Amino acid sequence: MAVTGLVFIGYVLLHMYGNLKVFAGQEAFDEYAHHLRTFGEPMLPHEGLLWIIRAVLLLSIIGHAYAAFTLWGRANRARTQKYVVKKAVAATLSSKMMRWGGVTLLLFVIFHLLHFTTRTINVNGDKDSPYERVVSSFQPEMWWVTVIYLLAMGALAMHLRHGVWSACQTLGLTNNAKSRARANFAGVFLAVVIAGGFALVPLSILLGIVD
Amino acid sequence: MSAPDGTKTGMKLTLNIWRQPDATSPGKMHTYQVEDVSEDMSFLEMLDVLNEQLNAAGEDPVAFDSDCREGICGMCGLMINGQAHGPVTTTTCQLHMRSFKDGETITIEPWRADAFPVLKDLVVDRGAFDRIIQQGGYISVNTGSAPEAHSVQVPKEDADRAFDMATCIGCGACVAACPNGSASLFMGAKITHLGQLPQGQAERDKRVVNMVAQHDHEGFGGCTNIGECTSACPKEIPLDVISQLNKDLRTAMKHGR
Amino acid sequence: MTDSHSEFSSDVDSHADAPTIDPDLIDDAIDYYTPGEPIVDAKAPTGPIDQRWSTRKFEARLVNPSNRRKLDVIIVGTGLAGASAAATLGEAGYNVKSFCYQDSPRRAHSIAAQGGINAAKNYKEDGDSVHRLFYDTVKGGDYRSRESNVYRLAEVSTNIIDQCVAQGVPFAREYGGLLDNRSFGGVQVSRTFYARGQTGQQLLIGAYQALERQVAAGTVTTYTRHEMLEVIVAEDEAGQSRARGIIVRDMVTGEIETHLADVVVLASGGYGNVFYLSTNAMGCNVTAAWRAHRKGAYMANPCYTQIHPTCIPVSGPHQSKLTLMSESLRNDGRIWVPKNKADCAKDPREIPEEDRDYYLERIYPSFGNLVPRDIASRAAKYQCDDGRGVGPEVEGVRRGVYLDFADAIGRLGRDAVEEKYGNLFDMYARITGEDPYETPMRIYPAVHYVMGGLWVDYDLQSSIPGLFVTGEANFSDHGANRLGASALMQGLADGYFVLPHTIRDYLADGPFEKLEESHPAVVEAKAAVEERINHFLTVGGTRSVDSYHRELGHIMWEYCGMERTEDGLKKAIDLIRTLKDDFYRNVKVLGTADSLNQSLEKAGRVADFIELGELMCIDALNRRESCGGHFRAESQTEDGEALRHDDAFAYVAAWEFVADGEKPILHKEDLTYTAIEMKQRSYK
Ligand SMILES: Cc1cc2nc3c(=O)[nH]c(=O)nc-3n(C[C@H](O)[C@H](O)[C@H](O)COP(=O)(O)OP(=O)(O)OC[C@H]3O[C@@H](n4cnc5c(N)ncnc54)[C@H](O)[C@@H]3O)c2cc1C
Ligand code: HEM
Ligand code: HEM
Ligand code: SF4
Ligand code: F3S
Ligand code: FES
Repeated sequence: MAVTGLVFIGYVLLHMYGNLKVFAGQEAFDEYAHHLRTFGEPMLPHEGLLWIIRAVLLLSIIGHAYAAFTLWGRANRARTQKYVVKKAVAATLSSKMMRWGGVTLLLFVIFHLLHFTTRTINVNGDKDSPYERVVSSFQPEMWWVTVIYLLAMGALAMHLRHGVWSACQTLGLTNNAKSRARANFAGVFLAVVIAGGFALVPLSILLGIVD
Repeated sequence: MSAPDGTKTGMKLTLNIWRQPDATSPGKMHTYQVEDVSEDMSFLEMLDVLNEQLNAAGEDPVAFDSDCREGICGMCGLMINGQAHGPVTTTTCQLHMRSFKDGETITIEPWRADAFPVLKDLVVDRGAFDRIIQQGGYISVNTGSAPEAHSVQVPKEDADRAFDMATCIGCGACVAACPNGSASLFMGAKITHLGQLPQGQAERDKRVVNMVAQHDHEGFGGCTNIGECTSACPKEIPLDVISQLNKDLRTAMKHGR
Repeated sequence: MTDSHSEFSSDVDSHADAPTIDPDLIDDAIDYYTPGEPIVDAKAPTGPIDQRWSTRKFEARLVNPSNRRKLDVIIVGTGLAGASAAATLGEAGYNVKSFCYQDSPRRAHSIAAQGGINAAKNYKEDGDSVHRLFYDTVKGGDYRSRESNVYRLAEVSTNIIDQCVAQGVPFAREYGGLLDNRSFGGVQVSRTFYARGQTGQQLLIGAYQALERQVAAGTVTTYTRHEMLEVIVAEDEAGQSRARGIIVRDMVTGEIETHLADVVVLASGGYGNVFYLSTNAMGCNVTAAWRAHRKGAYMANPCYTQIHPTCIPVSGPHQSKLTLMSESLRNDGRIWVPKNKADCAKDPREIPEEDRDYYLERIYPSFGNLVPRDIASRAAKYQCDDGRGVGPEVEGVRRGVYLDFADAIGRLGRDAVEEKYGNLFDMYARITGEDPYETPMRIYPAVHYVMGGLWVDYDLQSSIPGLFVTGEANFSDHGANRLGASALMQGLADGYFVLPHTIRDYLADGPFEKLEESHPAVVEAKAAVEERINHFLTVGGTRSVDSYHRELGHIMWEYCGMERTEDGLKKAIDLIRTLKDDFYRNVKVLGTADSLNQSLEKAGRVADFIELGELMCIDALNRRESCGGHFRAESQTEDGEALRHDDAFAYVAAWEFVADGEKPILHKEDLTYTAIEMKQRSYK
């Protein structure tokens, strides 16, 4: 779980960095998208790296979801008779939302792939330039796309907030009060940076900062 | 602390209590009234009063566990208004009625975990904890074969940390509070206690692997690091121990266990 | 936290100079008992005291390892005394069954011990030695314990610490990494090993883990939530009666089970709960011991109880138990009551200095607040009886005295006081709702430990062959008073190092012929248990079990508590007999026999406490002397101090049960000392 989670964190970090190239203009962004596909050529076939990443991601999501659902099932079996009254004292909202948040993320990723990768869902006319595809998707008249993305970023923030801390704990990195506080901070920090970083793109487009 | 006018005796309370005749019969909540509760009573003494009342009325008294009534044996444990051991960081027997208000309704349930089956009313079976300890929660040393105590030195910090983790009283509040019904805090406390001492090293890998296997076998849930356990723990066992547990488990796996 | 006060100061000792008393006078109890044969041989080897134990170990016969598997051992109790014995005998390869009434062996009441455990390690090089620990213990017991037993206890004390450290017991350590010691309970050397305020817990968890290890190894089977209700004593072919098993009730299903074995060990703890309010756990009982007593095991010195001066006072009629606070508080706190009765209800901070009576400092100027437990306890009682107690009125009397830290806070600063006593202050605040940093604490004495118990010989075997008794349940090592931190030592000494050696001598004759469940002794024991249970459930009376227990407690506390008189004890015996009668006719126990029934459990325990209470009073009545924790008003010096009568009472009173309603028989075992000289104590 922790390992796959960390893979995701690594990926979203890279991806966010990539997305922020939107601010560097169309050329830079398209260049980057192109570069992604030709990276390592001729040692790797066209889109080689991309497929490696895709494979790792796919395996990770399968492993991650499998572990998540197993834990979920065990938890349900561990307490079949629920409390009439149960108060949570320490649990953060994020920690309680992990499972549904994860499912939300999964749904989002599917939507997202259909949107940008397979281009099955065409929001605002199919464009050849990746840059244009992005920019056109988040135009004010297509406000609901932005809403979906922003909601997903909310879910992502929460998932990461608990996930980062949890991964540290699971990896045994937090066996004193100080390291525990650090892991918690890292959770909040990464959540804000990553979700915030992602959100910048649609927001800027929406507000016309990028066009 | 007592109210300015000094009166907090004679509180009236409504109690919603889980009643279940035995392990196999279904249970349900019942409502009772108690009067004349003094703020100096412990929570369990308040239940004693209820039981005297029920006995007088010819109704079966509410069964609940307690023994030392001073917060050390770990026998007591009730879910009070949705919190394990109630609203204060202590054991149920050390919770006093001054933490409640006149006229309040209090919901009292047993620990809920399938690994802790209810035996009657508020009494549960925590034998699973003993079985986890049987799988390695000890240092193997036969009587009489111990070396002179001063032949092993233990840095004070290590000894103190071992002590902190050894204060677990095996009450089960961590399981009761954990949304996943996990006993990781209990297990982590033992693993950290023994793992912190030089004497505990020889069996370290085997201990963690076997204890975790027994834990899972008993039907406790897995830990997803939610942290409810530690805030319910009357002995304030910190979350560190779960991290230590995971680390020891990883090390053991590396060693091919 | 160090207890530096001196329970026994060697400087003030004077030789016993008690006047010889008229033997007619001392037989206060003669109407209540039948004199019996003296006990002449308690089976201790003779010879130099420091060689007796090795002699006994060597002479005790061995059991071939391959035979051990065929020998069944029953151990009732999983406290320090029981768990350590079960683990050790399991390791040795015997087939052990271990019983406790709690839901886990780890919860035995040993867990509650706070202060520490003594051992003659002399790590501090302050002059400690086996001999000194022996000497302190015999003297502490006011010369009413057996010297051979006590010497052995001191001898094995050092092994206990080695054993526990190897098990991972986290004793306090110094920065250098070595074990720390403190002085405790009034001795002048630092020999007490401790684990903060939770020594008992840590030691018990060590023993519990050793026990669970044997469970995993298959040598020990644990029976939790099982209460022993009867012992099976059967004659073998040679006409020799032996303890051969027990009858227990599965407290969850209510099933009455028979467990047979070659030997039975009782490690069932103390009976302080006969007083209803004590520092013992709710479930502590005398049932296991009392049932054995009724089957022929002598009960020795039942009146010897230890009352601890620093407990949190009773707050109201609802009180179910009392909480002990470490005695160390007396090192810095000053004890006082108002001089004027009119001030008793006032806020103590408003009572000016000149209106306060620091009575211990006044009466015992050299020891002050650090006088021994029994003296401090009695003095507090006198103040309250005199109407100068403080705190809430419970049944018309204020039972509490102030333990004031204002001076200490002024002198040392709040931080230093917090550092030393913080956790105790927190506990006090949680229980009473008062802040001890702001207003003085209130304390009152409470029953804490019983030195009396089943009589055992040097081998820890009772007067029933094959029934061994260890820990607080036996009477053996503390005489008329116990030193702080010595009960834990005794429990572990018995279980780890003594019993395993002595029991093998007995088992060398085994396995004994197999007993059938149809054997008359088994049938009789089981029927008796069932009949009793049935009786309780069908009396259909009107009073709850608790109300009887509370009443018994009142009687015991009033007449057989800190100070005992002939008239009071006689009155108590009458009251108890009436109470017993009423109990059997009028108790109300609801529910069924075949389910978890906590009222039923309590009924059985209270029934036995009532019978024990009567015997305690008879024992106290018989002992017309003040010794250790036992203070007879008729036996005091001119200035009100305890007066011992070695000429008339230097014996163990071992009581034999005859039949319900009949007088018990008193067997006397004379105490002789070869390695130590008897002295009278004094604290003025
Ligand atoms: C609050 C407190 C503080 C103390 N502090 C100290 C201290 O600092 N130092 C010190 O040396 N001593 C101290 N003592 C005394 C000491 O703790 C006890 O004397 C000692 O632990 C007794 O151990 P035990 O094994 O004999 O009995 P226990 O630990 O009481 O065990 C009794 C066992 O018998 C079982 N049992 C009893 N009756 C039955 C039955 N009928 N059927 C089945 N099982 C039964 C119980 O389940 C339990 O397992 C303290 C005592 C108290 C109460
Ligand atoms: C199928 C959908 C998903 C579900 C059900 C799900 C569920 C969970 C759960 C229950 C945890 C907690 C595990 C723990 O605390 O140990 C978790 C952790 C984590 N998740 Fe997800 N998740 C999903 C998808 C995702 C996605 C798409 C990402 C990436 C963006 C992600 C990133 C993480 C991270 C980084 C962790 C922390 C790893 C750890 O705790 O060890 N998850 N997930
Ligand atoms: C506002 C936020 C986001 C924007 C604007 C965005 C944009 C894009 C774009 C333009 C692509 C296509 C890249 C290409 O094919 O060259 C893409 C691919 C992808 N994105 Fe995002 N993305 C966002 C958030 C996320 C998040 C949060 C995740 C994961 C949790 C994610 C996962 C992916 C994946 C898996 C791909 C497919 C990569 C591949 O081709 O294999 N994206 N994204
Ligand atoms: S870890 Fe805490 S809550 Fe859990 S059993 Fe131990 S003391 Fe109780
Ligand atoms: S609450 Fe449960 S999820 Fe883990 S951190 Fe505690 S065991
Ligand atoms: S009854 Fe012992 S901890 Fe509460």
